[in-house]
Amino acid sequence: MSAAATPLLAIRGLRAAYGKIEALKGVDLDIATGEIVALIGANGAGKSTLMMSIFGRPRARAGHILFGGRDITALPAHEVARLRIAQSPEGRRIFPRMSVAENLQMGADATPGSAAERAMSLERVLKLFPRLEERMAQRGGTLSGGEQQMLAIGRALMSRPRLLLLDEPSLGLAPLITRQIFAAIRALNREDGLTVLIVEQNANHALRLAHRGYVMVNGLITMSGGGMELLQRPEIRAAYLEGGRRA
Amino acid sequence: MAFILKKAAISALVALGLFFLMIGIRTEAGSSGQLIYWTRFGELAAMVGAVFAGSIVIELLRRWIGPVGGVELPAGVRATFATLGRLLAPALLIFALLVPVIFYKERYLLDLGILVLTYVMLGWGLNIVVGLAGLLDLGYVAFYAVGAYSYALLAQSPLPLPHLVDGFPFVAFSMEQLGPWAFWVLLPVSGLLAALWGVILGFPVLRLRGDYLAIVTLAFGEIIRLVILNWQDLTGGPNGISGIPRPTVFGIPLTPGEHGFAAMIGVPFSPTHRLVFLFYLILALALLTNWATIRLRRLPIGRAWEAMREDEVACRALGINITTTKLSAFAIGAMFGGFAGAFFATRQGFISPESFTFQESALVLAIVVLGGMGSQLGVALAAIAMIGGFELFRGLDQFRMLVFGGVMVLLMIWRPRGLIGHRAPTVFLQKRTEISSSLVKEGHG
Repeated sequence: MSAAATPLLAIRGLRAAYGKIEALKGVDLDIATGEIVALIGANGAGKSTLMMSIFGRPRARAGHILFGGRDITALPAHEVARLRIAQSPEGRRIFPRMSVAENLQMGADATPGSAAERAMSLERVLKLFPRLEERMAQRGGTLSGGEQQMLAIGRALMSRPRLLLLDEPSLGLAPLITRQIFAAIRALNREDGLTVLIVEQNANHALRLAHRGYVMVNGLITMSGGGMELLQRPEIRAAYLEGGRRA
Repeated sequence: MAFILKKAAISALVALGLFFLMIGIRTEAGSSGQLIYWTRFGELAAMVGAVFAGSIVIELLRRWIGPVGGVELPAGVRATFATLGRLLAPALLIFALLVPVIFYKERYLLDLGILVLTYVMLGWGLNIVVGLAGLLDLGYVAFYAVGAYSYALLAQSPLPLPHLVDGFPFVAFSMEQLGPWAFWVLLPVSGLLAALWGVILGFPVLRLRGDYLAIVTLAFGEIIRLVILNWQDLTGGPNGISGIPRPTVFGIPLTPGEHGFAAMIGVPFSPTHRLVFLFYLILALALLTNWATIRLRRLPIGRAWEAMREDEVACRALGINITTTKLSAFAIGAMFGGFAGAFFATRQGFISPESFTFQESALVLAIVVLGGMGSQLGVALAAIAMIGGFELFRGLDQFRMLVFGGVMVLLMIWRPRGLIGHRAPTVFLQKRTEISSSLVKEGHG
């Protein structure tokens, strides 16, 4: 693996805006193959915007996004997905009136792959989230929040992604479920070598899970380093951990 | 009780506002063109009173009968209902196949059956666009019109066709020479032309959703109608087109005389033969629509339509190309509308813009919504209820719209998601069996 030499995903000087409001003001970020990278920051720091701009919404005003060395900055969303960049979007966005089985099938529909590969992905997803197997015929909208999050991640995994983007997977979930989901992400990374970018407000969990972390403030990366290393820094503890707990 | 009274009072107030000018004051042009009017406050008061009383009645009914779902039926009864539900579709199909046999002597009922089936087909076609893909289309009648006019115009046009039989190079021969095959050759052509117009409508509305989409499609339907109405040289304008070739049994005309279908099979000629044939023709076309829809739903494209209805953003993130998905839904829905239009033209032998007003779009949309968006059986039942019901209340004359409206209101109160609001899943994912998993393990080692 030449992961250290050429990162799987490289973001260079990325700027993006909603109308006149600049959300990203020149962001640099690298993800090597096989890494879990956490992106943390307060509400409105631009974390989700950064993740969405990989899919071209909003489109970058300046800078580049390189995936496996290829410039994907101007690619339409569906073509980005076909390069096997999968995401579990903010708010999960599962298909509420379609069954769990159909939701999972949708994850595999648009990306090329044989029936055998598809069956393997499904087996992997169901091993990771056995709860989904019990719910296969149920409508997605009738699942609990935690199960919906599992379904959103499972759906993303059905395309056998090279890079998995997770936007706030712990949002609105009970601590126990959050732990289960984070354990599943760790297992995917250790056992399958899956590369993950995780956007989180829950800095404690995310930094413990991640190999490396980036801290975002007002559309800029202000700090980066190893996950545990960031967790020890007093300014991080003050801004995102103790402060968050007191609030 | 106070709530019911308050609600009834508000309804009555709204009715007063609405009806004050509509009923309270009657205007008419006098003998020399001047406006004369008189007041009808008695009728107005009666109307407002009726609304007040009706509102109370509806609210009370709702309290008594409303929570139907809450009543636990015994397991046996529920199982019986489930079996009946499963048998309903095959039973309807068998009944439809037997209608011309049972009602052979009742021309009126056969005609009505053809009409109902035409709307079943239109409902199923629109269901692809509205029910599956979730694109609210208020101008579906445009494709019906495109199909009808395509058939009517092409069948009578001297447009040259390449003639392959006499070898190369092509010898041109005219559409008029299609003779008895006109319908069978031009039916797919009409469908394809309608599909083309579906795509033409699809492009400008790619970014629109919901209400905005509805307005543009509504306008589209009106534009097509107005173009037909005003392009007199081509379409004959309000006079319409007559002398449209009637359908043939695969080339054999349904006419008296020795070359007719009756003579061929050796029975005396009867005009009912054509009705029976038209009945089976539209039944076959409708079933084709149904079969195609059921098949498409199981394919990635159909799944993408449904997913697009649920969440466009999520679809994009999963690699679905929204542009092609939307255009294909418009095109395929329009194509079936075009088939139905060509059938309509050949059945009537005469078409005019009057048949393609917004009211038709609204009726078809009502059938889809009433049936339960996306449910094939529901759409069929709704078409039978709406078109059949219209005829049933023909005797009530001016009151039938009132009855119709009342039934719609009651239905939307008790079954807000349509007659059949249940959506059957199409994917049954299985974990691999032991055999296949061991095969894959072999591959690893």
